Amino acid sequence: MTNFNRRNFLGSTATVAAASSTLGAGALSFAPAAQAQTMSFKPEKGAKLRVLRWSRFVQGDIDAYMANVKKFTDATGVEVRVDNEGWEDVRPKAAVAANTGAGPDIILSTNDDANLYPEKLLDVTDLCEYLGKKYGGFYPAAQTYLKPDGKKWIGVPLGAAGAMMVYRQSMLKAAGFDSFPKDTDGFLRMAKALKEKGTPVGFALGNATGDGLWCNWLIWAFGGKLVDKDNKVVIDSPETIKALEYAKELYNYMIPGTLSWLDPNNNKAFLDGQISVTNNGISIYYATKNSPDPKVRELNPDVYHANYPIGPVGVATESHLFFNQMIMKYTKYPQAAKEFLRFMMEKEQFDPWLTAAGGYIAQPLAAYEKTAIWTSDPKHTPYRDCVKNMRPAGYAGKLGYASAGAGADFIVVNMVAEAASGSKTPKEAAERAQKRAERYYKV
Amino acid sequence: MTTPLLEKLQNSRNVLGLIFMLPAAVLLLLFLTYPLGLGVWLGFTDAKVGRPGEWIGIENYIFLAGDSVTQLALFNTLFYTTIASAVKFFLGLWLALLLNKNIRFKSFFRAIILLPYIVPTALSAIAFWWIFDSQFSIISWGLVKMGFIDKYIDFLGDPWNARFSTIVANIWRGVPFVAITLLAGLQTISPSYYEASAIDGATPWQQFYHVTLPLLTPIIAVVMTFSVLFTFTDFQLIYVITRGGPLNATHLMATLSFQRAISGGALGEGAAISIAMVPFLLAAIMFSYFGLQRRAWQQGGDDK
Repeated sequence: MTNFNRRNFLGSTATVAAASSTLGAGALSFAPAAQAQTMSFKPEKGAKLRVLRWSRFVQGDIDAYMANVKKFTDATGVEVRVDNEGWEDVRPKAAVAANTGAGPDIILSTNDDANLYPEKLLDVTDLCEYLGKKYGGFYPAAQTYLKPDGKKWIGVPLGAAGAMMVYRQSMLKAAGFDSFPKDTDGFLRMAKALKEKGTPVGFALGNATGDGLWCNWLIWAFGGKLVDKDNKVVIDSPETIKALEYAKELYNYMIPGTLSWLDPNNNKAFLDGQISVTNNGISIYYATKNSPDPKVRELNPDVYHANYPIGPVGVATESHLFFNQMIMKYTKYPQAAKEFLRFMMEKEQFDPWLTAAGGYIAQPLAAYEKTAIWTSDPKHTPYRDCVKNMRPAGYAGKLGYASAGAGADFIVVNMVAEAASGSKTPKEAAERAQKRAERYYKV
Repeated sequence: MTTPLLEKLQNSRNVLGLIFMLPAAVLLLLFLTYPLGLGVWLGFTDAKVGRPGEWIGIENYIFLAGDSVTQLALFNTLFYTTIASAVKFFLGLWLALLLNKNIRFKSFFRAIILLPYIVPTALSAIAFWWIFDSQFSIISWGLVKMGFIDKYIDFLGDPWNARFSTIVANIWRGVPFVAITLLAGLQTISPSYYEASAIDGATPWQQFYHVTLPLLTPIIAVVMTFSVLFTFTDFQLIYVITRGGPLNATHLMATLSFQRAISGGALGEGAAISIAMVPFLLAAIMFSYFGLQRRAWQQGGDDK
């Protein structure tokens, strides 16, 4: 029944997104947990909001986002201005805004940004508790990021841009694999077989901000981690060494040149048919659907996605780009800002937005697992659980300047690259990473 | 009562001079002295992006001195600057000498040689990124097709290859500046010197060594100072082509400073890296100032 309702609803919103001023706060009959009361904040008189967000990865994202913004303005009369910046530029801008106490009222930022200046952010505990209750709860990683002390929410989770294993079915078949391996042992065997068939795998080992995150997965999969839960650096461990030895073997099966790879390289190599497997957002698949190049479109039926294999630790250890929504404490219109975020996170808005984003973004709230985008094309499904399977970048420690700095300095990526390429032994690479990380985590 | 004073001021050369200099002084103070001073100050603090820092003395510098990535970046920067500047100088001088000759389509060649300098750095960097790509390099492709090699060259994936590849990109971009400026210098040399030396029976090599070079030295000093400064502080090429990889083999001081200060949020440490570049830059300026602008030598005398 819910299914029928949702489809119904999706069809109608798509066509009349702009004209739905009646869908203001209150009229919520499609919510999965309809028994939950709709919370609503009363915007201040004459309130105006400025939102700074990272620029879209796909056009559908911003189109749907702006349609929702317009709906909000129509419903509440609150004018909202949305500025876009490249996601890597949002961090310094947000930090300066937090420090100087002037700037956008709401900032959509990434990873541990909110943990850098939690005291500058508006407490949104009431809003998050309401959303969590209504939509099946926030996933643990979202809570680690934005409810750092386990009680107070410093921002509203928006979701994550996930990276998954992207592979060519025909090449896997040719190498003797009918499906993508579920564990790291199988994964290594598959890489070896693919290499022997002349269709190697490829993973970025350069200073790639996004696609380098697979290194986190690898270390965590073997039980290694940069810091323990007391922020003590423990990267130089037998578990890490095991992971690095694994990386070293895997490197033999990779296409040459991965040490130089930045974020776009694996997309290019994959779409050119040079590699059989890589880690990436849904953009490769998206390109095979929409590219003007017929040769790229030909790949479409052969491109599949899989979750990252599980390592010896026995649980998923994925690493993705996480998105926050922060209300700055200095805002003159806290109620309007909260109402805006509430509005955007409600099913009527969030569902079409997720769908329009084409699978690039995965939800932070469990109820949105049912959003049509995840099943409309079965190849989207692996991206659905990004936030669910994710660990925060600074796992297993507390997030803040140390985790942000260590991440930006590519400590883990460099360590894996050093060991994989053989420029250092796994032990040396781990020791060096330990030394570099200790500096960030001293305090 | 006040009019005579105002009139007096308006007629005073000194006061007027000061007033006319004021806009320039304000600009310099605002956009040069203040940022530099702030940078020096930040280098002594533990400031983070968005959080004012506390004075921590030279702790940043002590850490950086022992930090293997910073040491590598310093080595990379010195290596990059030395090789690139030297090649740019010889290539630039050679081009300038060629263009100074009476060749056909002289103005055409003079214009075309400026092209690399006109193209925005980020664009030429992207072009080089493709040229050096590990999978799509045109150079590798060409060599493979011609049968010289059987697998693609790992231009940016091997530390030394990457260093030389980025140096090549820098040279390509920097040569026009050196060549055109030296060409301007060559044209200030009066032909009568060459005539006189020719009458004395000087060979072209002797003419170059005893006439061209000494008279060109002041220009060379200026050009090379700028060239070294630009190269030492290069950022865009590296940031686009390698982001400092592979294994930090191409990280320069400038890119590392950005990575630590902006992406990593450690403003104080990033500032310290930037400030650590200043002594090297000063040394380069001093060298050209005192080393190359020796009047005695320029006028054909011996060094004292």
